Amino acid sequence: MADVTEPPRESFRLSQLLYDSRYRSLTIQVVAAMLIMALLVELVDNTVTNLAALGKDIGFGFLWTTAGYDINQQLIPFSSQDTHARAAVVGILNTLLVAFLGCILATVIGVLAGVLRLSKNWLIARIMTVYVEAMRNTPLLIWILIVFAVMTEATPQPREFREGGSASMILWDSVAISNRGVYIPRPVWAEGSGLVVAVFLLSIVGIFALRWYARRRQEATGQQLPVLWISLGLFFVPALLAYFVMGRPVSLEYPELGGFNFTGGVQIRNSFIALWLALSLYTSAFIAEIVRAGILAVSKGQTEASFALGLQPNRTMQLIILPQALRVIIPPLISQYLNLTKNSSLAIAVGYMDVRSTLGGITINQTGRELEGMLLLGIFYLITSLIISALMNLYNSSVKLKER
Amino acid sequence: MSDTHAHSVAFARDTMLPPAPPPPGETGAIRWIRENLFSSWSNGLLTIVSIYLIWSILSAILPWTLQGIWDAGSLGECRAIRDERGLSTAACWAVINERWLQILFGFYPTDNQLLASWFYSDELAAAGGLEAVFGPGSNSTARIEFIAAMKADIGNLVVFFFGYWRPLMALALLVVAVAPILYSSLPRKLLWFSLAYPFVAVFLLWGGTIWGPVSVAVGLVAAILVGRVVAAASGALLGMLAGIVAVLAIFLNPLPFADIGLFPLLPHVTGVLNAAMPIGLEAIPSDDFGGFMLAIIIGTSGIVLSLPLGIVLALGRQSSMPLIKWICVTFIEVIRGVPLIVWLFTASLLLNYFLPPGTNFDLLLRVIIMVTLFASAYLAEVVRGGLAALPKGQYEAADSLGLDYWKAMRLIVLPQALKISIPGIVNTFIGLFKDTTLVVFIGLRDPLGLTNAIRATAEWNGIYWELYIFVGLLFFVFCFFMSRYSMYLERKLQTDRR
Amino acid sequence: MKKSVFLGTLAVAGLAAGLASAQSTLEQVQARGSLLCGSNEGLAGFAAPDANGVWQGFDVSLCRAIATAVLGDPQAVEFVPLTSQTRFTALAAGEVDVLVRNSTWTYSRDTDLNLDFVGVNYYDGQGFMVRSDLGVSSATELDGATVCIQTGTTTELNLADFFRVNNITYEPVPVATNAEGQQQYLAGACDVYTTDVSGLAATRATFENASEHVILPEIVSKEPLGPVVRHGDNDWGDIVRWTLNALVAAEEYGVTSANVRELAAAPTANPEINRLLGTEGELGAMMGLANDWAVNVIAAVGNYGEVFEQNIGENTPVGLARGLNAQWTDGGLLYSPPFR
Repeated sequence: MADVTEPPRESFRLSQLLYDSRYRSLTIQVVAAMLIMALLVELVDNTVTNLAALGKDIGFGFLWTTAGYDINQQLIPFSSQDTHARAAVVGILNTLLVAFLGCILATVIGVLAGVLRLSKNWLIARIMTVYVEAMRNTPLLIWILIVFAVMTEATPQPREFREGGSASMILWDSVAISNRGVYIPRPVWAEGSGLVVAVFLLSIVGIFALRWYARRRQEATGQQLPVLWISLGLFFVPALLAYFVMGRPVSLEYPELGGFNFTGGVQIRNSFIALWLALSLYTSAFIAEIVRAGILAVSKGQTEASFALGLQPNRTMQLIILPQALRVIIPPLISQYLNLTKNSSLAIAVGYMDVRSTLGGITINQTGRELEGMLLLGIFYLITSLIISALMNLYNSSVKLKER
Repeated sequence: MSDTHAHSVAFARDTMLPPAPPPPGETGAIRWIRENLFSSWSNGLLTIVSIYLIWSILSAILPWTLQGIWDAGSLGECRAIRDERGLSTAACWAVINERWLQILFGFYPTDNQLLASWFYSDELAAAGGLEAVFGPGSNSTARIEFIAAMKADIGNLVVFFFGYWRPLMALALLVVAVAPILYSSLPRKLLWFSLAYPFVAVFLLWGGTIWGPVSVAVGLVAAILVGRVVAAASGALLGMLAGIVAVLAIFLNPLPFADIGLFPLLPHVTGVLNAAMPIGLEAIPSDDFGGFMLAIIIGTSGIVLSLPLGIVLALGRQSSMPLIKWICVTFIEVIRGVPLIVWLFTASLLLNYFLPPGTNFDLLLRVIIMVTLFASAYLAEVVRGGLAALPKGQYEAADSLGLDYWKAMRLIVLPQALKISIPGIVNTFIGLFKDTTLVVFIGLRDPLGLTNAIRATAEWNGIYWELYIFVGLLFFVFCFFMSRYSMYLERKLQTDRR
Repeated sequence: MKKSVFLGTLAVAGLAAGLASAQSTLEQVQARGSLLCGSNEGLAGFAAPDANGVWQGFDVSLCRAIATAVLGDPQAVEFVPLTSQTRFTALAAGEVDVLVRNSTWTYSRDTDLNLDFVGVNYYDGQGFMVRSDLGVSSATELDGATVCIQTGTTTELNLADFFRVNNITYEPVPVATNAEGQQQYLAGACDVYTTDVSGLAATRATFENASEHVILPEIVSKEPLGPVVRHGDNDWGDIVRWTLNALVAAEEYGVTSANVRELAAAPTANPEINRLLGTEGELGAMMGLANDWAVNVIAAVGNYGEVFEQNIGENTPVGLARGLNAQWTDGGLLYSPPFR
């Protein structure tokens, strides 16, 4: 029987590379690899040739030269004498800021709109439908321009806040809404304020520990602790105590009208607000649809079963419907977050100094380094997108149906 | 028992009472309002708050809109008319009235000869006839003045329907070309027209000699035929190679190191045909394209051209060959990870660097290439969804029939997967269509870019709401109906499958 | 290395057929039959389209003059709209033959970006506009002010320099376009609008109440605006430079669009005019143009003064005075080298 288990060794023929399915995929991959390599070599060769013809070289030295321009919204200090690299970092932070806050606001509005669209109230459901359709079917760029125009036209100028002007500050003269932005008080940290902050952070940790303990206890004994009240107490009491014990080290600096503008306080610029609002409103319409679809995807029987078990409506929502709806909601939600982050590059329309406006705009324009600048810009967005989708996928896998 | 009882007992009713009307609160409008608007305290509060909101928004917008001024030559005149009528606020719709053709078509030239000979013939004769005004030796400045007077005389509507017949016809034919893809009840022969449509559209929009698009189409068909013939004679792989060689010989120079002037074949063929039979329309450079038409051109060609690439990418992403899969995944993720505006800047600033020295595409073509690559990554994901939604049995059935990979895909898998994907494709198109507004940042004259140009004229400097609203409404109407249609398709396709 | 690329399904004959790079710009323009002129997307007085899509303006006229010089037809121009971000790249990549888009002549642009500024068609400078009721009379009083500024231009560098040198602070509000800046300024979202003085004047001219706004006396920068061509094609640069010079010289010698045909009919007493108009010598041939090129140019668009008055002069909505842009004989900076 040895001749059966040992098939005759065929000599390898060249045509096997094409016609033998064992080798064909290898052939195709090798050919594909060679083609890709050839394409890349051709691109690089062309680029080098073309740049040489224009008398340009490739280098990133421009990043360390003086930027020469000013940026209004800086999360880290920046002046026109700093380098282009620092300007890029300022822009990156601005992009991340508006993207992060945008995702939060878009989720809040989107969930609200999605739930309200299913409301039994005819008028509310219709209003939400109009809102969602209007947002989804008009280009984002137009919304950004319109929101910016509304912000500029509908809010008072700072000069209106003067004596005899038609505008006044709100919330006990602490917040001013003007067409240059919203001015809010700024906390001033005096000596000893570190301790207050530390106590506050500790009490936050304490709240989480308490919740963990309460759950353990409930699972073990069935007794519930008044978690909410203890948490509220923990949140306020120790920090306030520390605040007064240390002699009130944290104070607020209120915005005041002086010279041309408000001085003091924190200015949240109009360009930021307009971009943030427009991005959030636009994306929230898509999120609303996702949420609506997610809730509708949970079968009615689940609700009925939950009621049959005697759960209250809000517990039903919390324990039965939302966990199931989330599974449907999360994957498209991730792509909406990615879209919002990428769409923040439209900041140029309102003059918000994001990374595309600094590195990809003014820097490229002043230095003529479009290849290098665009490359860096692309890499930044790519990495940001990959990180967001990795994080959200991690979350997704934690809420996903555990299958055995 | 019951029988006798019924007959014998007289106090039982033997006719039904007429149904009483429901109580006043349970009928008609009142009931509807109660159930839908005031079913609970919180609902009632919500209703009142929203009514107040609607009222305050409408009372701010409606007077401005409805009291709008339609007939004025400049913003200054608008303001004068407004003050004259004693209005506190009024929109200046006159800018739309004057410039709507520009917002729709950009600076795409009208067919002035047709307009002049059909609607302005008396004045044309007075000016010396067609040849004297439009001929090669005519005075260009006088011609411009003649055209301006003509357009003012015959009105925007006539100019719209007859002056822009080329883009309008391209749009109408687009509908005809798309119809057989969306409605399977239409005759299948129409699909041939769908295949030919891109060439027809290019000819209508850009003009030039008719032999350009014709010879490109014939060249493609020839390459496919060569491939088929060789495949029939000596195997599929050699056939594919022969087809690729044919494409190279016809469209590209396959021997870049030895330039003998023969390749590519196509320009020679076009040149000979054009010399023999010069048929064509007035050639229009891409720089003149603009407005809403530009958005439609970029959006449509982006989706149409990206379909084949998207399908290939989707298949590649599912491939069992790791390298192929890796290439496709990298391409898709890189494209999707970077915003369109960065790609557009790449198209505008960098694409020329990547191409062989001496080549020069115009900007519109570069943008279409970039948008195609961009859309193909998104389409690949849509098609991948379609492929994944297909039951595994379909793949296995194809295998059990002994079909090879390409046959299985072409005959069994893709027709079904693409059908499921149509709503997704339409949604991608809507998204792409909205995103075409971004081309304003690289200087193409899309509707928003034109609002900038219009606002730069002395007459309309300082106007913006009216233009934004008009452009926004245009986009809204278009996208809204597309999305409604996509929902309808989705429902229709779902019932098919259940 | 000469390669031809023909993207079959996309390309249309004449749309994207491979272009040989060996041709000079002049040959390309003549073969094409039209001039590709990089222009502004829209700036009142300098470049803006009318209702029929015909472009008008000061910069536009220079493009038309070049087209007339090379092709004999002032309408043989394709205006390619360029943003402040894409303009130099588009020129370097050969998408336009000449860039006339109020671009400032600076050292680095001339050298590092490999462009050639061939002249100055408008001497501008950066200024500030504020509301008159602010009571500001000098830019140095603008400490803490909010300033609207167009991004991607030299203006923002000048602005940063000015405030730093004077040791005062400001808050920049970047805007994408001039129209956007105007809207922001009018709504009071910024106290100051800064751009070239010509732009400020043009903007102010369209306000409902122009008298409520003042342009401050400080000019914080030199902004010589001029046509730009690619570095290396000097013959083409010569044509653009001398077309501009012809417009300037024509004004100096009193040649206008009205009298140019008459003056060109026979040699006049002034040999400069004769050489300019080609009735004496063979100056046109030296550039590869017809000998009467300047006659056609002036007949089609007028001399510098006429172009100025027609588009941005004191009788137009823009209402600019000649100022630095007067002839050197009138105390301005316009000075054409001699035609000989």
